[in-house]
Amino acid sequence: MLRKTFQGGVHPADGKEFARNVPYRTYLPKGDLVFPLNQHIGKPARPVVQKGDLVLAGQLLAEADGFVSANIVSSCSGKVKALENRKTVAGLSVPCIVVENDSSYTLADGVGAETDAANLTGQEILDKIKAAGIIGLGGAGFPTHVKLAPKNPQEIEYVIANGAECEPYITCDDQLMRTKGSEIVEGLKIMLRLFPNAEGVILIEENKPEAIKAMEQACVGQERVRVQAVQTKYPQGGERSIISVVAGKHLKLGMLPADAGCVVDNVATVHAIYRAVCKSEPVMERGFTVSGDGVKSPCNLMVRIGTSFSEVLLEAGGIPEGVKAKKLLCGGPMMGIALASLDVPICKNNNALTVLCTDPVEEAQKAQTACLRCGRCNQVCPLGLTPQMMAVAAEKKNYERYEKKLYGLECIACGSCTYICPAKRPLMQLFKQAKAEIMAAKRK
Amino acid sequence: MAGIVIATLIVGVIGLLIGAALVAAGKKFYVEVDEREALVRECLPGNNCGGCGQAGCDAAAAAIVKGEAEVNVCPVCSQEAVEKISAIMGVDAAATVKKRAFVRCLGTCEKTSVKCNYVGIHDCRSAVLSGLSVWECDYGCLGFGSCVEACAFDALHVKEGAAVVDPEKCTGCGRCAAVCPKNLIELIRSDTKAAVACSSRARGPEVKKVCAAGCLGCKLCTKQCEAEAIQVEGNLAHIDYEKCVGCEKCMEKCPAKVIVRL
Repeated sequence: MLRKTFQGGVHPADGKEFARNVPYRTYLPKGDLVFPLNQHIGKPARPVVQKGDLVLAGQLLAEADGFVSANIVSSCSGKVKALENRKTVAGLSVPCIVVENDSSYTLADGVGAETDAANLTGQEILDKIKAAGIIGLGGAGFPTHVKLAPKNPQEIEYVIANGAECEPYITCDDQLMRTKGSEIVEGLKIMLRLFPNAEGVILIEENKPEAIKAMEQACVGQERVRVQAVQTKYPQGGERSIISVVAGKHLKLGMLPADAGCVVDNVATVHAIYRAVCKSEPVMERGFTVSGDGVKSPCNLMVRIGTSFSEVLLEAGGIPEGVKAKKLLCGGPMMGIALASLDVPICKNNNALTVLCTDPVEEAQKAQTACLRCGRCNQVCPLGLTPQMMAVAAEKKNYERYEKKLYGLECIACGSCTYICPAKRPLMQLFKQAKAEIMAAKRK
Repeated sequence: MAGIVIATLIVGVIGLLIGAALVAAGKKFYVEVDEREALVRECLPGNNCGGCGQAGCDAAAAAIVKGEAEVNVCPVCSQEAVEKISAIMGVDAAATVKKRAFVRCLGTCEKTSVKCNYVGIHDCRSAVLSGLSVWECDYGCLGFGSCVEACAFDALHVKEGAAVVDPEKCTGCGRCAAVCPKNLIELIRSDTKAAVACSSRARGPEVKKVCAAGCLGCKLCTKQCEAEAIQVEGNLAHIDYEKCVGCEKCMEKCPAKVIVRL
């Protein structure tokens, strides 16, 4: 029987065979840890430590400043070395807190204290999530305590733990579901306490049979929680794709998931909620995949936030001798960000380092031709947009048409159109630039 | 024979009726055009560069005639043209200061080097958005030529990886300055004598590592300047063009030769 799916989408080679069966191992960094103040969407956090302060693992470094903002905690013990601008994944120099790691990882008071979530009120749960600095760990980085406090908690029908992991090469959520299934279910049940009329759904693509089995076992005997397996298709993990599969609703322009009665969080976020509420552990570490054909031993690691990408690559055996790595990506090949340097810190919302021996973008650029008007991009767009016409408008800088007539701002930059394009047009890059320029003009 | 007469009459009558209707319509829907508008339009350069902030030269002429814009709104016009426009409008000619674009970077392929291989849309704004630092220096010209594309006067060219302005052709409309994602292009008076051709705010040793033509913030120029026209702020020299007398002593002393004669 064919399982449910969403409209559009593509089937890229998933590359999951590199690391999918490698269980987690914990990696403790040796070098300094760097904590950018803007790891989340929203206002950067405000530092509460000064240069020279001694901090412990789990201690608050910077507190949320404003409504949409999140705390940042230290993931190691040591001395605050500097508050200065450092480069991050996005290539910009942003204010960071640098902690000199003393390698002892002494925990701060209260971290790891067991709490029974059943005794907490909804507000106490939200406060604990906020204190732990949890943001969307799947990549978006939206502060979770804001997402879990919609205007109408009574009207939420589905709380969805997103374990689709549709991005090629990345396997950290797969391993998390296989090994920490019961904790994810506990986390989901804590979220359900906030939404009395909701059902918990754990959504997994069917290319992860072990994870589906593990989660189904963890759900046995639990009320209001179920596993839903869906077809393997990119971008199944997108919020809108998930809602259309689970709730059967299509989000219209400007609608938020909560308007469709859904709350969607990555399984890693759900697990972080469990650890924050039941174990009083803030976000100090996260699952991280190092994969690709340019890595000696691809693996899944539990890394500390703030670890440098270069250290993590070394832990995975580095780049094998005789191999020339051509592309380093933070994330996967579909939506990942190309890195110019590995001396950047891992943020809460970075989930993978992919090293490729070929540069598909370079090859595509060589083969690029004019648009063939085949319309394949229109067929695969998961939002039902018309990338072919959007590209024409973006190239001509006709941003009014791009925004008002073609709804180009709705593009989620999943890259399906660029992947399928036989003329190898750089569609996603055009859309990203158009969106950036329109948003910049709006801010003026 | 009678057929021809009837046909001629019918066509003739229809022609007269339509003619009368056209005359009536012409009277009824007459739009008054200020004759000065056409005259002003003739004085404007006609490149429709948009440097004045209007939709083009026609729009600028209309705005001038309506009094919505100053007579010297066009940054491209020469003093002569402004005087003509002033005469048409019957106001005193305002003094125009001719401006030109100046790229505050000398980082050619020879002076600095490429850090990573950017493949993608050949446009500086796209390259900045990708987050990749294409060159070793984070502040310098990317050389993908967004400014070249924006220039309506063929006054900008990328030479060996950095944009260069042709002062002869540059009209100072400012379109290039608006598109440069690194904010490297400054509009300066065309009678400026010296300017700093670097925008790096990195500290001296870091600049030295990445570019042979970068301002080190060493303040040698400040010490040389008798007119006290040079200040170093944020590791970068700034020249006060009002105070600069053009003695060129700073240029001689500058170890990286980033102060240039214009």
